[in-house]
Amino acid sequence: MELNFFSASEIVKKIKEKKVSCVEVTRAFLERSKKLNPLIHSFLFLNEEKALEQAGNLDKKIAKNGSLGKLAGVPIAIKDNICVQDLQLTCSSKILQNFVSPYDATVIKRLLKEDAILLGKTNLDEFAMGSSTENSAFMTTKNPWDLNRVPGGSSGGSASAVSSRMAPIALGSDTGGSIRQPASFCGVLGLKPTYGRVPRFGLVAFASSLDQIGPFAVTAEDCALLLEVISGYDSLDSTCSEIAVPEYVNQIKQPLSHLRIGIPKEYFVDGLDQEVREKVIQAVKVFESMGIKVEEVSLPHTEYAVSVYYILAPSEASANLARYDGVRYGHRSKSAHSLLEMYEKSRDEGFGPEVKRRIMLGTYALSSGYYDAYYAKAQKVRTLIRQDFEKVFEKVDALVTPTSPTPPFCFGEKISDPLQMYLSDIFTISCNLAGLPGISIPCGFSNKGLPIGLQILGKPYDETTLLQMTYQYQMSTSWHKEIPDLAE
Amino acid sequence: MAISMKDVEKVARLARLALTEEEKENFRAQLSHILDYMEKLQKVDTSSLEATAHPFITKTGWREDQVFPWGETEKILKNSPEKEETFFKVKRVLE
Repeated sequence: MELNFFSASEIVKKIKEKKVSCVEVTRAFLERSKKLNPLIHSFLFLNEEKALEQAGNLDKKIAKNGSLGKLAGVPIAIKDNICVQDLQLTCSSKILQNFVSPYDATVIKRLLKEDAILLGKTNLDEFAMGSSTENSAFMTTKNPWDLNRVPGGSSGGSASAVSSRMAPIALGSDTGGSIRQPASFCGVLGLKPTYGRVPRFGLVAFASSLDQIGPFAVTAEDCALLLEVISGYDSLDSTCSEIAVPEYVNQIKQPLSHLRIGIPKEYFVDGLDQEVREKVIQAVKVFESMGIKVEEVSLPHTEYAVSVYYILAPSEASANLARYDGVRYGHRSKSAHSLLEMYEKSRDEGFGPEVKRRIMLGTYALSSGYYDAYYAKAQKVRTLIRQDFEKVFEKVDALVTPTSPTPPFCFGEKISDPLQMYLSDIFTISCNLAGLPGISIPCGFSNKGLPIGLQILGKPYDETTLLQMTYQYQMSTSWHKEIPDLAE
Repeated sequence: MAISMKDVEKVARLARLALTEEEKENFRAQLSHILDYMEKLQKVDTSSLEATAHPFITKTGWREDQVFPWGETEKILKNSPEKEETFFKVKRVLE
């Protein structure tokens, strides 16, 4: 079998057994990326030279029988809103077009410490704002299962790279579904960790009370491995938790018959695609056959989640994106005559339409006279959404829902109507508002051959249960083994 | 809730965005449409609720306030649109 079809865990094993060299592995993924990226456009930038140099150094270490990390020789794709020292960092925005990061994000330091190979930077909706990756200023990423359809977003580049096996694993970020929804659309695993589980130092801030970095993978074991490497306390992120990181990989195979799962009725309403509904119900039956108890539960404030999210996230974004003013880095307008004009023109020229729309919406919600009606109100309704979850988690251990109301949609289908695009996040955003961990798992295909994903939401810091359920589901089904035709 | 052109211009000024006339009209219509949808929040009784600013009431992580050399001054300055010696340069601040 070609190297590209091995999981990260298999690659590490083969490298440690000296059956294959790191350079061979890196070269295999680079060659494949050079062949497929012109069709799919997952990568904004391939880190070819440095990746090969890194792999060569690792091979030398192996020759001397040096100790190897948990991700020894595994190529990984990185969403281009995460800082890697001396590499471009664009956030798919013209405002950062020529920016080179002076430092590594904490997650990158941890990957390098475990000997992962940084393959390249992947495309995203500008500043991670979007659900289709159509908001990138530089290129349109295609869905590997159907090139006329979106890969989801905002981490569409990372999801499609793993789906087409240009990378065995990848990092994304998730503020309202930006890992789980593209994972669902591209037929791979994507996990958003609990708020505070993974340090965000070096992740470009979008909405600081919601953002988390998380893994993309094909197998539950790889997902656990990558999460284990990036999780844990960091003194450079004051919101990062000191709670100890479990040994996810070692605990993944434990039986689940003691579990109770809830099916929130508000997630199976009108507007949910019939095929998505069927596939998710089938998956629930698979869990039932393992001895897991299933019951219907209610999250009564679900209908307010989109409104709450699209007030709070843009408000936080409007503050976070104030730093792009043309002074210290990024685009500076050439036509400004004063300092104020320089700020205003640099920002208008540098930001794309969706980013400007959200800055406007957030600034409005925070402005004098509207603050109480919008921002303060949304924060209070957020409390109700959080309490809904606290209540159901007294009864059940995890919740199973669809990840997205529909299979992947076509290019142009929603981009002209911002509200329609926002509503496509309806099943993923409550998880961020409540700070919970969530995972999307491939659970079948539509009649048109498009991937469908199911979402599992867990208690705070209980990624272990999500990964165990994923592992058992993958042992009982074979959806995750399907590969898009063009990637075979 | 319909928002006026005057609102759009005020918000654009607060956000430091020099919007074109076309952008202003687009945002006026789109923001009105989005805010209409959000009106549903107003019917929720929140009188006895605390605001949630962060998902968990976690303690803030503290560390010693120690000075350490960053050592990447060159790399940081290289990203600046205009610089002079070790300073970022902008247009005159005081007229």
